Amino acid sequence: MTWEIVIGLETHVELATKTKIFCACTTAFGGPPNTHCCPVCTGMPGALPVLNKKVLEFAVKAGLALNCSITQHSRFDRKNYFYPDLPKAYQISQLYLPIARDGAVSIHTGAENKTVRIHELHMEEDAGKLIHDPWLDQTRADYNRCGVPLIEIVTEPDFRTAYEVVAYLEKLKETLQYLGVSDCKMQEGSLRCDVNLSVRPMGSMELGTRTEMKNLNSFKSIVRAIDYEAKRQIELIEEGKRVIQETRRWDENKDATYAMRSKENAQDYRYFPEPDLPPVELSQNDLDELRATQPELAEAKRARYQRDYSLPLYDCQMLTSDKALAAFFERLVALGTPPKQGANWIMGEVLGALSQRAMEAKDMALTAPTLARLIALVDEGRLNRNTAVKVFEAVFDTDQDVDEYVTAHNLEQVNDSRLVLEACVKVLQAHPQSVSDYRSGKEKAFGFMVGQAMRELKGKANPQTVNAALRELLET
Amino acid sequence: MIDTELIDYIAGLSRLELDAGERQVMTTQLEQIIAYMDVLNQLDTAGVEPMSHVFPVKNVLREDEVMPSQVRYELLAGSPAGDKEAFLVPKAVE
Repeated sequence: MTWEIVIGLETHVELATKTKIFCACTTAFGGPPNTHCCPVCTGMPGALPVLNKKVLEFAVKAGLALNCSITQHSRFDRKNYFYPDLPKAYQISQLYLPIARDGAVSIHTGAENKTVRIHELHMEEDAGKLIHDPWLDQTRADYNRCGVPLIEIVTEPDFRTAYEVVAYLEKLKETLQYLGVSDCKMQEGSLRCDVNLSVRPMGSMELGTRTEMKNLNSFKSIVRAIDYEAKRQIELIEEGKRVIQETRRWDENKDATYAMRSKENAQDYRYFPEPDLPPVELSQNDLDELRATQPELAEAKRARYQRDYSLPLYDCQMLTSDKALAAFFERLVALGTPPKQGANWIMGEVLGALSQRAMEAKDMALTAPTLARLIALVDEGRLNRNTAVKVFEAVFDTDQDVDEYVTAHNLEQVNDSRLVLEACVKVLQAHPQSVSDYRSGKEKAFGFMVGQAMRELKGKANPQTVNAALRELLET
Repeated sequence: MIDTELIDYIAGLSRLELDAGERQVMTTQLEQIIAYMDVLNQLDTAGVEPMSHVFPVKNVLREDEVMPSQVRYELLAGSPAGDKEAFLVPKAVE
Protein backbone atom coordinates (compact mmCIF):
# COMPACT_ATOMS: atom_id res chain seq x y z
CA MET A 1 0.00 0.00 0.00
CA THR A 2 1.20 3.52 -0.65
CA TRP A 3 0.96 5.92 2.23
CA GLU A 4 0.53 9.63 2.32
CA ILE A 5 2.27 11.68 5.00
CA VAL A 6 0.27 14.56 6.46
CA ILE A 7 2.10 17.26 8.38
CA GLY A 8 1.12 20.43 10.20
CA LEU A 9 3.56 22.78 11.90
CA GLU A 10 3.60 24.88 15.02
CA THR A 11 6.43 27.35 14.87
CA HIS A 12 7.52 29.50 17.80
CA VAL A 13 9.37 32.65 16.87
CA GLU A 14 11.08 34.96 19.33
CA LEU A 15 10.35 38.57 18.56
CA ALA A 16 13.26 40.99 18.24
CA THR A 17 12.07 43.45 20.87
CA LYS A 18 14.38 45.09 23.39
CA THR A 19 12.23 44.15 26.37
CA LYS A 20 10.09 41.22 27.46
CA ILE A 21 6.44 40.92 26.55
CA PHE A 22 4.96 42.03 29.89
CA CYS A 23 7.80 43.80 31.73
CA ALA A 24 10.77 46.08 30.99
CA CYS A 25 13.51 43.46 31.56
CA THR A 26 15.96 43.08 28.69
CA THR A 27 15.63 40.24 26.19
CA ALA A 28 19.42 40.14 25.62
CA PHE A 29 20.61 36.58 25.04
CA GLY A 30 22.69 34.97 27.81
CA GLY A 31 23.65 36.80 31.00
CA PRO A 32 24.23 35.20 34.42
CA PRO A 33 21.16 33.25 35.66
CA ASN A 34 18.23 35.35 36.88
CA THR A 35 19.81 38.73 36.16
CA HIS A 36 17.24 39.69 33.49
CA CYS A 37 14.32 39.25 35.85
CA CYS A 38 11.85 41.21 37.92
CA PRO A 39 8.73 40.49 40.01
CA VAL A 40 6.57 40.33 36.86
CA CYS A 41 8.56 37.71 34.93
CA THR A 42 9.23 35.61 38.03
CA GLY A 43 5.55 35.56 38.94
CA MET A 44 5.73 37.34 42.28
CA PRO A 45 2.33 37.79 43.95
CA GLY A 46 0.74 41.12 43.11
CA ALA A 47 2.92 41.90 40.11
CA LEU A 48 0.94 43.07 37.10
CA PRO A 49 1.85 42.50 33.44
CA VAL A 50 1.67 45.35 30.91
CA LEU A 51 1.80 44.51 27.21
CA ASN A 52 4.79 45.72 25.18
CA LYS A 53 3.49 47.86 22.29
CA LYS A 54 6.20 46.55 19.97
CA VAL A 55 5.06 42.95 20.50
CA LEU A 56 1.58 43.82 19.30
CA GLU A 57 2.99 45.73 16.34
CA PHE A 58 5.35 42.89 15.35
CA ALA A 59 2.63 40.26 15.69
CA VAL A 60 0.27 42.28 13.48
CA LYS A 61 2.99 42.89 10.90
CA ALA A 62 3.77 39.16 10.81
CA GLY A 63 0.07 38.38 10.50
CA LEU A 64 -0.35 40.81 7.61
CA ALA A 65 2.71 39.43 5.81
CA LEU A 66 1.29 35.90 6.13
CA ASN A 67 -1.97 37.13 4.58
CA CYS A 68 -3.97 36.59 7.75
CA SER A 69 -7.04 38.46 8.81
CA ILE A 70 -6.21 40.48 11.91
CA THR A 71 -8.44 40.13 14.95
CA GLN A 72 -9.42 43.69 15.76
CA HIS A 73 -10.75 42.73 19.18
CA SER A 74 -8.14 40.43 20.68
CA ARG A 75 -7.24 39.33 24.20
CA PHE A 76 -5.01 37.04 26.22
CA ASP A 77 -5.80 33.78 28.00
CA ARG A 78 -4.21 31.79 30.80
CA LYS A 79 -2.85 28.37 30.01
CA ASN A 80 -2.50 26.63 33.32
CA TYR A 81 0.15 24.05 34.04
CA PHE A 82 2.54 23.25 36.82
CA TYR A 83 6.08 22.98 35.61
CA PRO A 84 8.90 24.98 37.16
CA ASP A 85 9.95 26.61 33.88
CA LEU A 86 6.89 28.83 34.39
CA PRO A 87 7.02 30.48 37.80
CA LYS A 88 3.40 31.72 37.65
CA ALA A 89 2.15 28.16 37.05
CA TYR A 90 0.48 29.48 33.92
CA GLN A 91 1.58 30.86 30.60
CA ILE A 92 -0.07 33.96 29.23
CA SER A 93 -1.08 33.03 25.70
CA GLN A 94 -4.01 33.49 23.32
CA LEU A 95 -6.54 30.75 22.72
CA TYR A 96 -9.96 32.22 21.99
CA LEU A 97 -9.11 35.39 20.11
CA PRO A 98 -5.62 35.06 18.59
CA ILE A 99 -4.30 38.24 17.01
CA ALA A 100 -4.33 36.78 13.46
CA ARG A 101 -6.14 33.95 11.68
CA ASP A 102 -6.76 32.33 8.31
CA GLY A 103 -3.60 33.19 6.42
CA ALA A 104 -1.83 31.65 3.45
CA VAL A 105 1.78 31.28 2.39
CA SER A 106 2.84 30.21 -1.07
CA ILE A 107 5.92 28.02 -1.29
CA HIS A 108 7.94 26.75 -4.23
CA THR A 109 9.08 23.17 -4.25
CA GLY A 110 10.90 22.42 -7.45
CA ALA A 111 8.68 23.35 -10.35
CA GLU A 112 5.48 23.47 -8.34
CA ASN A 113 3.86 26.21 -6.32
CA LYS A 114 1.81 25.30 -3.31
CA THR A 115 -0.27 27.25 -0.83
CA VAL A 116 0.05 26.43 2.86
CA ARG A 117 -2.85 27.67 4.95
CA ILE A 118 -2.11 29.40 8.25
CA HIS A 119 -4.62 28.43 10.90
CA GLU A 120 -3.65 31.16 13.37
CA LEU A 121 -0.91 33.32 14.78
CA HIS A 122 -0.90 34.26 18.45
CA MET A 123 1.23 36.08 21.00
CA GLU A 124 2.60 34.44 24.12
CA GLU A 125 5.47 34.46 26.59
CA ASP A 126 8.49 32.15 26.56
CA ALA A 127 9.34 29.93 29.54
CA GLY A 128 12.52 29.82 31.63
CA LYS A 129 15.38 27.36 31.48
CA LEU A 130 15.74 24.41 33.83
CA ILE A 131 19.16 23.03 34.62
CA HIS A 132 19.25 19.70 36.35
CA ASP A 133 21.94 19.31 39.00
CA PRO A 134 22.93 15.63 39.17
CA TRP A 135 24.70 16.10 42.53
CA LEU A 136 21.94 17.89 44.35
CA ASP A 137 19.17 15.89 42.72
CA GLN A 138 17.51 19.24 42.34
CA THR A 139 16.68 21.48 39.44
CA ARG A 140 17.93 25.04 39.10
CA ALA A 141 15.58 27.49 37.46
CA ASP A 142 16.90 30.42 35.38
CA TYR A 143 14.16 32.84 34.36
CA ASN A 144 16.19 35.11 32.04
CA ARG A 145 14.23 33.82 29.01
CA CYS A 146 10.95 33.74 30.88
CA GLY A 147 8.66 36.40 29.43
CA VAL A 148 10.56 36.84 26.17
CA PRO A 149 7.89 37.54 23.54
CA LEU A 150 6.95 34.80 21.11
CA ILE A 151 4.55 34.43 18.27
CA GLU A 152 3.30 30.95 17.56
CA ILE A 153 2.30 30.30 13.98
CA VAL A 154 0.10 27.26 13.41
CA THR A 155 -0.47 25.85 9.94
CA GLU A 156 -3.23 23.60 8.68
CA PRO A 157 -2.09 20.01 7.95
CA ASP A 158 -1.11 20.97 4.40
CA PHE A 159 2.39 19.49 4.05
CA ARG A 160 2.98 16.16 2.35
CA THR A 161 6.79 15.96 2.32
CA ALA A 162 9.73 17.08 4.44
CA TYR A 163 10.84 19.30 1.55
CA GLU A 164 7.60 21.24 1.62
CA VAL A 165 8.14 21.76 5.35
CA VAL A 166 11.65 23.10 4.78
CA ALA A 167 10.48 25.33 1.91
CA TYR A 168 7.80 26.80 4.19
CA LEU A 169 10.24 27.38 7.04
CA GLU A 170 12.71 29.06 4.67
CA LYS A 171 9.92 31.30 3.42
CA LEU A 172 8.74 32.06 6.95
CA LYS A 173 12.27 32.89 8.07
CA GLU A 174 12.86 35.13 5.06
CA THR A 175 9.55 36.94 5.60
CA LEU A 176 10.06 37.54 9.32
CA GLN A 177 13.66 38.66 8.80
CA TYR A 178 12.58 41.12 6.11
CA LEU A 179 9.90 42.47 8.43
CA GLY A 180 12.57 42.85 11.11
CA VAL A 181 10.35 41.14 13.68
CA SER A 182 12.76 38.28 14.45
CA ASP A 183 16.28 37.21 13.65
CA CYS A 184 15.02 33.60 13.31
CA LYS A 185 18.24 31.95 14.44
CA MET A 186 17.41 28.30 14.86
CA GLN A 187 20.67 27.51 16.64
CA GLU A 188 19.90 30.16 19.29
CA GLY A 189 16.33 28.96 19.60
CA SER A 190 14.68 32.07 18.21
CA LEU A 191 12.85 29.86 15.68
CA ARG A 192 11.58 26.54 17.03
CA CYS A 193 9.37 24.07 15.35
CA ASP A 194 7.00 21.31 16.47
CA VAL A 195 5.93 18.85 13.80
CA ASN A 196 2.50 17.17 13.88
CA LEU A 197 2.57 14.12 11.68
CA SER A 198 0.17 11.36 10.68
CA VAL A 199 -0.05 8.90 7.82
CA ARG A 200 -3.00 7.63 5.78
CA PRO A 201 -3.52 5.41 2.77
CA MET A 202 -2.95 7.40 -0.42
CA GLY A 203 -6.24 8.81 -1.64
CA SER A 204 -7.92 8.71 1.75
CA MET A 205 -9.46 11.96 2.96
CA GLU A 206 -9.52 11.01 6.63
CA LEU A 207 -6.70 12.07 8.92
CA GLY A 208 -4.80 9.38 10.80
CA THR A 209 -3.78 9.59 14.46
CA ARG A 210 -1.01 12.12 14.78
CA THR A 211 2.03 12.49 16.97
CA GLU A 212 3.73 15.72 17.85
CA MET A 213 7.52 15.96 17.65
CA LYS A 214 9.46 18.49 19.67
CA ASN A 215 13.09 19.49 20.00
CA LEU A 216 13.80 19.99 16.33
CA ASN A 217 16.44 22.66 16.08
CA SER A 218 17.75 22.50 12.55
CA PHE A 219 16.31 21.98 9.06
CA LYS A 220 18.42 18.84 8.89
CA SER A 221 16.94 17.32 12.03
CA ILE A 222 13.42 18.25 10.86
CA VAL A 223 13.93 16.31 7.62
CA ARG A 224 15.39 13.31 9.44
CA ALA A 225 12.75 13.31 12.16
CA ILE A 226 9.95 13.40 9.58
CA ASP A 227 11.48 10.49 7.66
CA TYR A 228 11.91 8.50 10.84
CA GLU A 229 8.48 9.18 12.31
CA ALA A 230 6.60 8.51 9.05
CA LYS A 231 8.38 5.19 8.71
CA ARG A 232 7.67 4.29 12.34
CA GLN A 233 3.95 4.99 11.96
CA ILE A 234 3.65 3.11 8.66
CA GLU A 235 5.39 0.09 10.16
CA LEU A 236 3.10 0.13 13.19
CA ILE A 237 -0.02 0.18 11.02
CA GLU A 238 1.27 -2.48 8.65
CA GLU A 239 1.94 -4.71 11.66
CA GLY A 240 -1.69 -4.23 12.63
CA LYS A 241 -0.88 -1.96 15.58
CA ARG A 242 -2.19 1.47 16.41
CA VAL A 243 -0.49 4.84 16.43
CA ILE A 244 -0.91 6.45 19.84
CA GLN A 245 -1.53 10.18 19.98
CA GLU A 246 1.39 11.45 22.00
CA THR A 247 4.25 13.91 22.16
CA ARG A 248 7.57 12.52 21.04
CA ARG A 249 11.00 13.96 21.40
CA TRP A 250 13.60 13.84 18.64
CA ASP A 251 16.96 12.53 19.79
CA GLU A 252 19.61 14.05 17.56
CA ASN A 253 22.29 11.55 18.63
CA LYS A 254 20.22 8.40 18.27
CA ASP A 255 18.40 9.54 15.11
CA ALA A 256 15.11 8.44 16.59
CA THR A 257 12.00 9.84 18.26
CA TYR A 258 10.83 8.57 21.61
CA ALA A 259 7.66 9.12 23.59
CA MET A 260 7.75 11.61 26.41
CA ARG A 261 6.34 10.42 29.70
CA SER A 262 2.58 10.20 29.72
CA LYS A 263 2.39 12.68 32.59
CA GLU A 264 3.76 15.36 30.31
CA ASN A 265 1.17 14.32 27.78
CA ALA A 266 -1.66 15.15 30.11
CA GLN A 267 -3.00 18.23 28.36
CA ASP A 268 -5.67 19.89 30.37
CA TYR A 269 -4.69 23.50 30.46
CA ARG A 270 -8.01 24.87 31.73
CA TYR A 271 -7.67 28.05 29.69
CA PHE A 272 -9.57 31.11 30.82
CA PRO A 273 -9.44 34.81 29.89
CA GLU A 274 -6.41 36.53 31.45
CA PRO A 275 -7.87 38.93 34.02
CA ASP A 276 -4.66 40.92 34.49
CA LEU A 277 -4.53 42.17 30.91
CA PRO A 278 -7.27 44.28 29.35
CA PRO A 279 -8.32 43.45 25.79
CA VAL A 280 -6.54 44.85 22.78
CA GLU A 281 -8.54 46.74 20.22
CA LEU A 282 -7.17 47.76 16.86
CA SER A 283 -9.02 50.30 14.78
CA GLN A 284 -9.11 50.16 11.01
CA ASN A 285 -6.86 53.19 11.16
CA ASP A 286 -4.27 51.34 13.28
CA LEU A 287 -4.27 48.51 10.77
CA ASP A 288 -3.97 50.84 7.79
CA GLU A 289 -1.01 52.55 9.42
CA LEU A 290 0.75 49.27 10.10
CA ARG A 291 0.00 48.05 6.61
CA ALA A 292 1.52 51.22 5.18
CA THR A 293 4.81 50.57 6.98
CA GLN A 294 5.15 46.99 5.70
CA PRO A 295 8.46 46.72 3.87
CA GLU A 296 8.81 45.20 0.43
CA LEU A 297 9.35 41.47 0.98
CA ALA A 298 11.92 39.26 -0.71
CA GLU A 299 9.50 37.75 -3.20
CA ALA A 300 8.31 41.16 -4.38
CA LYS A 301 11.92 42.31 -4.67
CA ARG A 302 12.84 39.29 -6.79
CA ALA A 303 9.97 40.01 -9.15
CA ARG A 304 10.90 43.70 -9.33
CA TYR A 305 14.59 43.01 -10.01
CA GLN A 306 13.65 40.64 -12.81
CA ARG A 307 11.20 43.09 -14.29
CA ASP A 308 12.98 46.44 -13.82
CA TYR A 309 16.61 45.40 -14.02
CA SER A 310 16.26 42.39 -16.34
CA LEU A 311 18.35 40.32 -13.96
CA PRO A 312 18.28 36.52 -14.17
CA LEU A 313 16.24 34.75 -11.46
CA TYR A 314 19.41 33.29 -9.98
CA ASP A 315 20.88 36.76 -9.43
CA CYS A 316 17.63 37.95 -7.86
CA GLN A 317 17.61 35.02 -5.47
CA MET A 318 21.20 35.65 -4.43
CA LEU A 319 20.65 39.38 -3.95
CA THR A 320 17.52 38.91 -1.85
CA SER A 321 18.89 36.04 0.23
CA ASP A 322 19.69 38.64 2.86
CA LYS A 323 17.80 41.85 3.55
CA ALA A 324 20.97 43.90 4.13
CA LEU A 325 22.46 42.61 0.90
CA ALA A 326 19.36 43.56 -1.08
CA ALA A 327 19.44 47.02 0.49
CA PHE A 328 23.11 47.34 -0.48
CA PHE A 329 22.31 46.38 -4.06
CA GLU A 330 19.48 48.90 -4.24
CA ARG A 331 21.78 51.66 -2.96
CA LEU A 332 24.31 50.75 -5.66
CA VAL A 333 21.69 50.99 -8.38
CA ALA A 334 20.40 54.28 -6.96
CA LEU A 335 23.94 55.61 -7.19
CA GLY A 336 23.96 54.88 -10.90
CA THR A 337 25.69 51.50 -11.02
CA PRO A 338 24.39 49.38 -13.91
CA PRO A 339 22.28 46.65 -12.17
CA LYS A 340 23.98 43.65 -13.77
CA GLN A 341 27.42 44.99 -12.89
CA GLY A 342 26.32 45.69 -9.33
CA ALA A 343 24.85 42.19 -9.08
CA ASN A 344 28.07 40.62 -10.36
CA TRP A 345 30.22 42.49 -7.88
CA ILE A 346 27.91 41.56 -5.01
CA MET A 347 27.57 37.90 -5.95
CA GLY A 348 31.30 37.58 -6.65
CA GLU A 349 33.49 39.88 -4.61
CA VAL A 350 31.14 40.96 -1.81
CA LEU A 351 29.74 37.51 -0.97
CA GLY A 352 33.25 36.06 -1.33
CA ALA A 353 34.73 38.56 1.09
CA LEU A 354 31.86 38.03 3.54
CA SER A 355 32.12 34.26 3.57
CA GLN A 356 35.90 34.45 3.88
CA ARG A 357 35.41 36.52 7.02
CA ALA A 358 32.37 34.53 8.24
CA MET A 359 30.52 37.85 8.36
CA GLU A 360 26.95 38.91 7.72
CA ALA A 361 26.09 41.61 5.21
CA LYS A 362 24.55 43.82 7.88
CA ASP A 363 27.92 44.04 9.70
CA MET A 364 29.90 44.96 6.59
CA ALA A 365 32.03 48.14 6.75
CA LEU A 366 32.04 48.65 2.99
CA THR A 367 29.37 51.12 1.92
CA ALA A 368 27.49 51.28 -1.36
CA PRO A 369 29.01 54.65 -2.44
CA THR A 370 32.52 53.17 -2.18
CA LEU A 371 31.71 50.16 -4.31
CA ALA A 372 29.70 52.30 -6.72
CA ARG A 373 32.74 54.55 -7.17
CA LEU A 374 35.01 51.55 -7.74
CA ILE A 375 32.69 50.15 -10.38
CA ALA A 376 32.49 53.59 -12.01
CA LEU A 377 36.29 53.80 -12.19
CA VAL A 378 36.34 50.52 -14.11
CA ASP A 379 33.57 51.78 -16.36
CA GLU A 380 35.41 55.00 -17.07
CA GLY A 381 38.48 52.99 -18.04
CA ARG A 382 40.53 54.39 -15.20
CA LEU A 383 41.03 51.04 -13.46
CA ASN A 384 41.22 47.64 -15.05
CA ARG A 385 39.03 44.88 -13.60
CA ASN A 386 41.94 42.99 -12.01
CA THR A 387 43.31 46.05 -10.27
CA ALA A 388 39.80 46.96 -9.15
CA VAL A 389 39.45 43.59 -7.42
CA LYS A 390 42.68 44.29 -5.56
CA VAL A 391 41.42 47.73 -4.56
CA PHE A 392 38.17 46.10 -3.41
CA GLU A 393 40.07 43.71 -1.14
CA ALA A 394 42.06 46.63 0.25
CA VAL A 395 39.09 48.84 1.10
CA PHE A 396 36.54 46.15 2.08
CA ASP A 397 37.28 46.21 5.80
CA THR A 398 37.80 49.95 6.13
CA ASP A 399 35.57 51.52 3.49
CA GLN A 400 38.53 53.71 2.56
CA ASP A 401 38.08 56.32 -0.16
CA VAL A 402 38.69 54.54 -3.45
CA ASP A 403 40.10 57.54 -5.31
CA GLU A 404 42.57 58.23 -2.54
CA TYR A 405 43.66 54.63 -2.45
CA VAL A 406 44.14 54.47 -6.21
CA THR A 407 46.17 57.68 -6.22
CA ALA A 408 48.25 56.75 -3.18
CA HIS A 409 49.18 53.42 -4.75
CA ASN A 410 49.48 54.81 -8.26
CA LEU A 411 47.09 52.23 -9.65
CA GLU A 412 45.30 54.26 -12.27
CA GLN A 413 45.04 52.53 -15.58
CA VAL A 414 47.55 53.59 -18.22
CA ASN A 415 45.41 54.82 -21.03
CA ASP A 416 48.15 56.88 -22.62
CA SER A 417 48.51 55.08 -25.96
CA ARG A 418 52.04 56.42 -26.37
CA LEU A 419 53.11 54.72 -23.09
CA VAL A 420 51.39 51.51 -24.07
CA LEU A 421 53.01 51.58 -27.49
CA GLU A 422 56.46 52.19 -25.98
CA ALA A 423 56.03 49.25 -23.63
CA CYS A 424 54.94 46.99 -26.48
CA VAL A 425 57.87 47.99 -28.66
CA LYS A 426 60.17 47.22 -25.75
CA VAL A 427 58.64 43.74 -25.37
CA LEU A 428 58.99 42.96 -29.06
CA GLN A 429 62.62 43.99 -29.00
CA ALA A 430 63.35 41.92 -25.90
CA HIS A 431 61.66 38.76 -27.22
CA PRO A 432 62.49 38.25 -30.90
CA GLN A 433 61.86 34.51 -30.52
CA SER A 434 58.26 35.10 -29.48
CA VAL A 435 57.78 37.46 -32.38
CA SER A 436 58.90 34.86 -34.87
CA ASP A 437 56.87 32.16 -33.06
CA TYR A 438 53.80 34.35 -33.39
CA ARG A 439 54.46 35.03 -37.03
CA SER A 440 54.79 31.31 -37.69
CA GLY A 441 51.27 30.88 -36.24
CA LYS A 442 51.79 30.16 -32.57
CA GLU A 443 48.99 32.13 -30.90
CA LYS A 444 50.36 31.16 -27.50
CA ALA A 445 53.32 33.45 -28.05
CA PHE A 446 50.91 36.37 -28.30
CA GLY A 447 49.52 35.77 -24.82
CA PHE A 448 53.05 35.72 -23.47
CA MET A 449 53.84 39.08 -25.02
CA VAL A 450 50.61 40.61 -23.66
CA GLY A 451 51.65 39.40 -20.24
CA GLN A 452 55.09 40.92 -20.60
CA ALA A 453 53.66 44.24 -21.75
CA MET A 454 51.19 44.29 -18.83
CA ARG A 455 54.09 43.61 -16.52
CA GLU A 456 56.04 46.44 -18.10
CA LEU A 457 53.02 48.67 -17.36
CA LYS A 458 52.77 47.34 -13.78
CA GLY A 459 49.42 45.70 -14.52
CA LYS A 460 47.68 49.03 -14.83
CA ALA A 461 46.99 49.05 -18.54
CA ASN A 462 43.72 48.19 -20.14
CA PRO A 463 44.36 44.69 -21.54
CA GLN A 464 42.33 45.50 -24.65
CA THR A 465 44.51 48.52 -25.45
CA VAL A 466 47.62 46.38 -25.03
CA ASN A 467 46.15 43.67 -27.24
CA ALA A 468 45.34 46.14 -29.96
CA ALA A 469 48.73 47.84 -29.80
CA LEU A 470 50.63 44.54 -30.01
CA ARG A 471 48.54 43.24 -32.89
CA GLU A 472 49.11 46.43 -34.79
CA LEU A 473 52.88 46.28 -34.26
CA LEU A 474 53.06 42.61 -35.20
CA GLU A 475 50.87 42.89 -38.27
CA THR A 476 52.86 45.71 -39.81
CA MET B 1 -22.13 15.48 37.37
CA ILE B 2 -19.43 16.08 39.98
CA ASP B 3 -18.04 12.91 41.50
CA THR B 4 -15.00 12.06 43.62
CA GLU B 5 -13.05 10.98 40.57
CA LEU B 6 -13.46 14.39 38.94
CA ILE B 7 -12.57 16.13 42.21
CA ASP B 8 -9.38 14.06 42.43
CA TYR B 9 -8.52 14.89 38.84
CA ILE B 10 -8.96 18.65 39.34
CA ALA B 11 -7.08 18.50 42.64
CA GLY B 12 -4.24 16.69 40.89
CA LEU B 13 -4.02 19.34 38.16
CA SER B 14 -3.95 22.03 40.84
CA ARG B 15 -1.41 20.18 42.98
CA LEU B 16 -3.81 20.04 45.91
CA GLU B 17 -4.01 17.28 48.46
CA LEU B 18 -7.51 16.86 49.81
CA ASP B 19 -8.62 14.61 52.64
CA ALA B 20 -11.93 12.77 52.57
CA GLY B 21 -13.82 15.57 54.34
CA GLU B 22 -12.50 18.27 52.03
CA ARG B 23 -13.35 16.15 49.04
CA GLN B 24 -16.94 15.93 50.19
CA VAL B 25 -17.18 19.69 50.77
CA MET B 26 -15.68 20.39 47.33
CA THR B 27 -18.05 18.01 45.63
CA THR B 28 -21.06 19.72 47.17
CA GLN B 29 -19.77 23.23 46.46
CA LEU B 30 -18.78 22.54 42.88
CA GLU B 31 -22.17 20.99 42.27
CA GLN B 32 -23.83 24.16 43.52
CA ILE B 33 -21.63 26.28 41.25
CA ILE B 34 -22.45 24.18 38.22
CA ALA B 35 -26.14 24.31 39.14
CA TYR B 36 -25.92 28.09 39.24
CA MET B 37 -24.49 28.05 35.71
CA ASP B 38 -27.68 26.26 34.69
CA VAL B 39 -29.66 29.15 36.15
CA LEU B 40 -27.55 31.59 34.16
CA ASN B 41 -28.01 29.52 31.04
CA GLN B 42 -31.76 30.11 31.21
CA LEU B 43 -31.21 33.74 30.34
CA ASP B 44 -31.53 34.68 26.72
CA THR B 45 -28.10 36.08 25.86
CA ALA B 46 -28.49 36.09 22.11
CA GLY B 47 -27.09 39.36 20.85
CA VAL B 48 -25.17 40.05 24.08
CA GLU B 49 -21.45 40.30 23.50
CA PRO B 50 -19.40 37.98 25.76
CA MET B 51 -17.55 39.91 28.43
CA SER B 52 -14.11 38.90 29.63
CA HIS B 53 -13.25 42.00 31.63
CA VAL B 54 -15.38 43.95 34.06
CA PHE B 55 -13.78 47.36 33.62
CA PRO B 56 -14.12 49.29 30.37
CA VAL B 57 -10.36 49.45 29.91
CA LYS B 58 -8.51 48.47 26.75
CA ASN B 59 -5.15 48.90 25.04
CA VAL B 60 -2.96 49.35 28.10
CA LEU B 61 0.44 49.25 26.45
CA ARG B 62 3.98 50.29 27.30
CA GLU B 63 6.88 51.44 25.14
CA ASP B 64 9.66 48.96 24.38
CA GLU B 65 12.23 50.56 26.69
CA VAL B 66 14.57 48.57 28.90
CA MET B 67 14.50 49.31 32.64
CA PRO B 68 16.90 47.84 35.19
CA SER B 69 15.95 44.36 36.35
CA GLN B 70 15.59 43.45 40.00
CA VAL B 71 18.82 42.88 41.94
CA ARG B 72 19.27 39.12 41.99
CA TYR B 73 19.71 38.52 45.70
CA GLU B 74 16.53 40.47 46.38
CA LEU B 75 14.69 38.43 43.80
CA LEU B 76 15.92 35.14 45.25
CA ALA B 77 15.41 36.22 48.87
CA GLY B 78 11.80 35.12 49.05
CA SER B 79 12.25 31.70 47.49
CA PRO B 80 11.99 28.64 49.74
CA ALA B 81 15.16 27.18 48.25
CA GLY B 82 17.89 28.73 46.18
CA ASP B 83 21.59 29.18 45.79
CA LYS B 84 23.15 32.54 44.99
CA GLU B 85 22.21 32.30 41.32
CA ALA B 86 19.07 30.30 40.81
CA PHE B 87 15.80 29.13 42.28
CA LEU B 88 16.04 25.52 43.34
CA VAL B 89 13.06 23.27 42.77
CA PRO B 90 12.44 19.57 43.27
CA LYS B 91 13.94 17.50 40.51
CA ALA B 92 12.10 18.15 37.27
CA VAL B 93 13.48 16.54 34.17
CA GLU B 94 11.91 15.77 30.87
